[in-house]
Amino acid sequence: MSYLSTLSPAYAEIFLLVMACTILIVDLFVVNQKKTLTYLLVQLTLVGLASITVLTHQAGVVHLFNNMFVDDMMSDVLKVLSYIAVAMILVYSRTYLLVRGLFTGEFMVLTLFALLGMMVMISASHFLSMYIGLELMSLSLYAMVALQRDSAIATEAAMKYFILGALASGLLLYGMSMLYGATGTLDVAAVSAAINHGVANPALLTFGLVFVVAGLAFKLGAVPFHMWVPDVYHGAPTAVVMLIGSAPKLAAFAFVMRMLVDGLQPLMSHWSMMLVILAVMSMALGNISAIAQTNFKRMLAYSSIAHVGFFLLGVLSGGIDGYGAAMFYIVIYVFMSLGAFGMITLLSREGYEADTLDAFKGLNQRSPWLAFMMLLLMFSMAGVPPTVGFYAKFSVLQAIVNTGHIELAIIAVLFSLIGAYYYLRIIKLMYFDAPESHEPIRMQADSSLLISINGLAVLALGIMPGWLMTVCAAAVQKSLLLH
Amino acid sequence: MIFGFPLLSVAIWLPIIFGVLVLATGNDRNAPLARMIALVGAILGFLVTLPLYAGFDKMTSAMQFVELREWIPHFNIQYHLGIDGISVLFILLNSFFTPLVVLAGWKVIDKRVAQYMAAFLIMSGIVNGVFASLDAMLFYVFWEAMLIPMFLIIGVWGGANRVYAAVKFFLYTLMGSLLMLVAFIYLYKHSGGSFSILDYHVLPIPMMAQILIFIAFFMAFAVKVPMFPLHTWLPDAHVEAPTGGSIILAAIMLKVGAYGFLRFSMPIAPDASHELAGVMIALSLIAVVYIGLVALMQSDMKKLVAYSSISHMGFVTLGLFLFNAYGIEGALLQMISHGFVSGAMFLGIGVLYERVHSRQIADYGGVAHKMPVFAAFFILFAMANSGLPGTSGFVGEFLVIMGAIKVNFWYGVLAASTLIFGAAYTLWMVKRVFFGVVSNEHVAHLSDITPREIFIFTILAICVLGMGVYPLPFSEMMHATVNDLIVHLANSKL
Repeated sequence: MSYLSTLSPAYAEIFLLVMACTILIVDLFVVNQKKTLTYLLVQLTLVGLASITVLTHQAGVVHLFNNMFVDDMMSDVLKVLSYIAVAMILVYSRTYLLVRGLFTGEFMVLTLFALLGMMVMISASHFLSMYIGLELMSLSLYAMVALQRDSAIATEAAMKYFILGALASGLLLYGMSMLYGATGTLDVAAVSAAINHGVANPALLTFGLVFVVAGLAFKLGAVPFHMWVPDVYHGAPTAVVMLIGSAPKLAAFAFVMRMLVDGLQPLMSHWSMMLVILAVMSMALGNISAIAQTNFKRMLAYSSIAHVGFFLLGVLSGGIDGYGAAMFYIVIYVFMSLGAFGMITLLSREGYEADTLDAFKGLNQRSPWLAFMMLLLMFSMAGVPPTVGFYAKFSVLQAIVNTGHIELAIIAVLFSLIGAYYYLRIIKLMYFDAPESHEPIRMQADSSLLISINGLAVLALGIMPGWLMTVCAAAVQKSLLLH
Repeated sequence: MIFGFPLLSVAIWLPIIFGVLVLATGNDRNAPLARMIALVGAILGFLVTLPLYAGFDKMTSAMQFVELREWIPHFNIQYHLGIDGISVLFILLNSFFTPLVVLAGWKVIDKRVAQYMAAFLIMSGIVNGVFASLDAMLFYVFWEAMLIPMFLIIGVWGGANRVYAAVKFFLYTLMGSLLMLVAFIYLYKHSGGSFSILDYHVLPIPMMAQILIFIAFFMAFAVKVPMFPLHTWLPDAHVEAPTGGSIILAAIMLKVGAYGFLRFSMPIAPDASHELAGVMIALSLIAVVYIGLVALMQSDMKKLVAYSSISHMGFVTLGLFLFNAYGIEGALLQMISHGFVSGAMFLGIGVLYERVHSRQIADYGGVAHKMPVFAAFFILFAMANSGLPGTSGFVGEFLVIMGAIKVNFWYGVLAASTLIFGAAYTLWMVKRVFFGVVSNEHVAHLSDITPREIFIFTILAICVLGMGVYPLPFSEMMHATVNDLIVHLANSKL
């Protein structure tokens, strides 16, 4: 009994694993084509997970499983946000997938396994557990991209995603092995301590760091490691893209924090220089290429590259300010992009993907409310107040100016000015143009309620952003080993 | 605050709440209801600002009606409102124009009425927020939020080339604003964690930083004013915007830029302001003379008035950077007068456009024969636009020219040339549009303005003449603040 209670920080992961296996079996006996029972079980699991994480939350940092697993405020906050994101994805994508015959037990179970992988990544404090979490998540996602077996474009996307993803994992693993060679340990705290003691071989450390950063940049989709992003976003079913583009970013944030800050903080002068290059190139290429896109999903892919660039600026600023701003930025980005992809699933119908820019033409005449929600989401992505996207950009800029790099802040605002153009174009299409079809938009009650909450939350958080900033800063402050 | 009543908050949020109510009336079946709610909201919005004038203490330059609450404690951002002699008149001007704009769009706008009315009401509240904010971030949020309704107004209800104009308007102003944001963040760091504008006013800043801050602010405010050479968005936006949009752009939005110079650039970076005053004066004089000549050559009435606005705003920025009381007070009076006059001119062009669907001067001629009442009003406003003594246009221009001559005789001479150019382009247009023989079928079928339009024009005519004959009620509000500002500007902050 006492051993079981020491496992309480990992109850959520254990519960999810049990439930995912249970649902896998239960689903075999669900004959209903709509898979209502499976769907409800999954949503209940997520509610259960949220309650477990909240109830087992404890102040301070708890290590488990020989320091492989850590439970702290940052991990709890990120996990709860991931549950919310996954629950939202399921609500948004249910009708979309049902119409296409993709709403199967496998989809839901793979989603849960991907979530489990993210949770392990979020709580990993050891290179091994980090890698295991990352691979569990990635393998589930590769399979989901290929879910639409008879679609050539989806299969191509899956191949690209898998090959480049495997390459990235290889780079990461290679980097980790070099760090192990230099420091003799895989535990992030011990790695940091070993580097501080100066016993590690600096050449080996630097090489290891380069490979690790390259691997991370691949996974985040930062330039020049971004090639897979547009193709995967374009090719995969919208519901799957919604998953790839949202919750994993939260896990990736935790990964970056544990790896670069907890583990490699002593090498910050090296990795922050690398991140400057990645960030500026991502903002430049993402924002400029997005202008040329005619496919909305591809546009969002380039937009995600640009947002990653902005996020990296927060990371490289360092300190509570910088990491807190990066966390705030990524959280806001995840929920904005969920809204944008949710809008595609709402507008799509059988045989119509609604993933071109023209799908938004005249939306204000077809449904003023949906157009208004999309307006809020797009202005938020562009970073125009009073939406919350502005505060995300603002807190990152504040962190970067605090480090004295005003020139980086000016570069960032100039690229976000370029970025504003393609978000404005969506608003222009919705409000200024005439609709191409007058087909009524058939919306389910749950998803239309959710998009309303999503859009209004972007506005409400923009009017009252203070508490979320405080939560992010506190999470970072209480969880990281800042020296 | 009077009787513990947060007047400024009400002036900001009441129009916004009414705007949301108007939106809630839904589609065009409920258009009459939407118009009524909008009018009630706009009039209430104006009435609640009257106590700001009545209760204003003219003797002090301190902030009045102050409200201070925590907003985003994480960054020490406060909900800090207050007005002084500079901002009080602009809040009144803005709230005064909202009902007029609602009335002006009463009949013309027949598609998406609720959205149109709501956009103007929300805009009105946001602009009040810009003028009342004493916290830099609060100011910035209102400043940027202002773009959203204006973007939609131009893009949805504008003319043929509206999309180009709306996007150009948005991106131009966003570029300036983003640089201002970086300047604010720098000031936040430099001041040790404060976003209070009043703290920035007394914050010592090294010269190099002052110059960079001044340039960042310049990008934001000069685009809005607009100053030469950042003015090219304005003619496009004006020509394509619906009448109401043009009125608000000219009467209110342009003033926001000049207000920014007075509230931010000059007091926060006074040494840089003195250093760069020569450049500012040169740009202003170019606007006055060169843009005046450009206006002379326009064949489109709206474009002509748009260029005339740029030329008049050149007068305003000239007055500001003379650093004497004549110049600054003249600039403020010129801004208010230009609000009335340009609003009235755009309204008049809107009246013609609704009837003939053309803005080309060549399509008119002899309108006075068919619309005598309208012609009388329009000629009055044209006279005011050319700065005739006895109209509001004269007061500000006269003071600025006096201020300019005190600094340098030739500044005064160049500035005074506007009295010739202004009269030339305005009156030449009036001659071609209103006088002569009735030129074509369209003009021959014109009918005179309706009682609703007469009502709007009468109110504006009273303002223009009243301010021209007796400007004291306007100028006495600003004496204390302007004198204090001049003392402040004379002290170095290095």
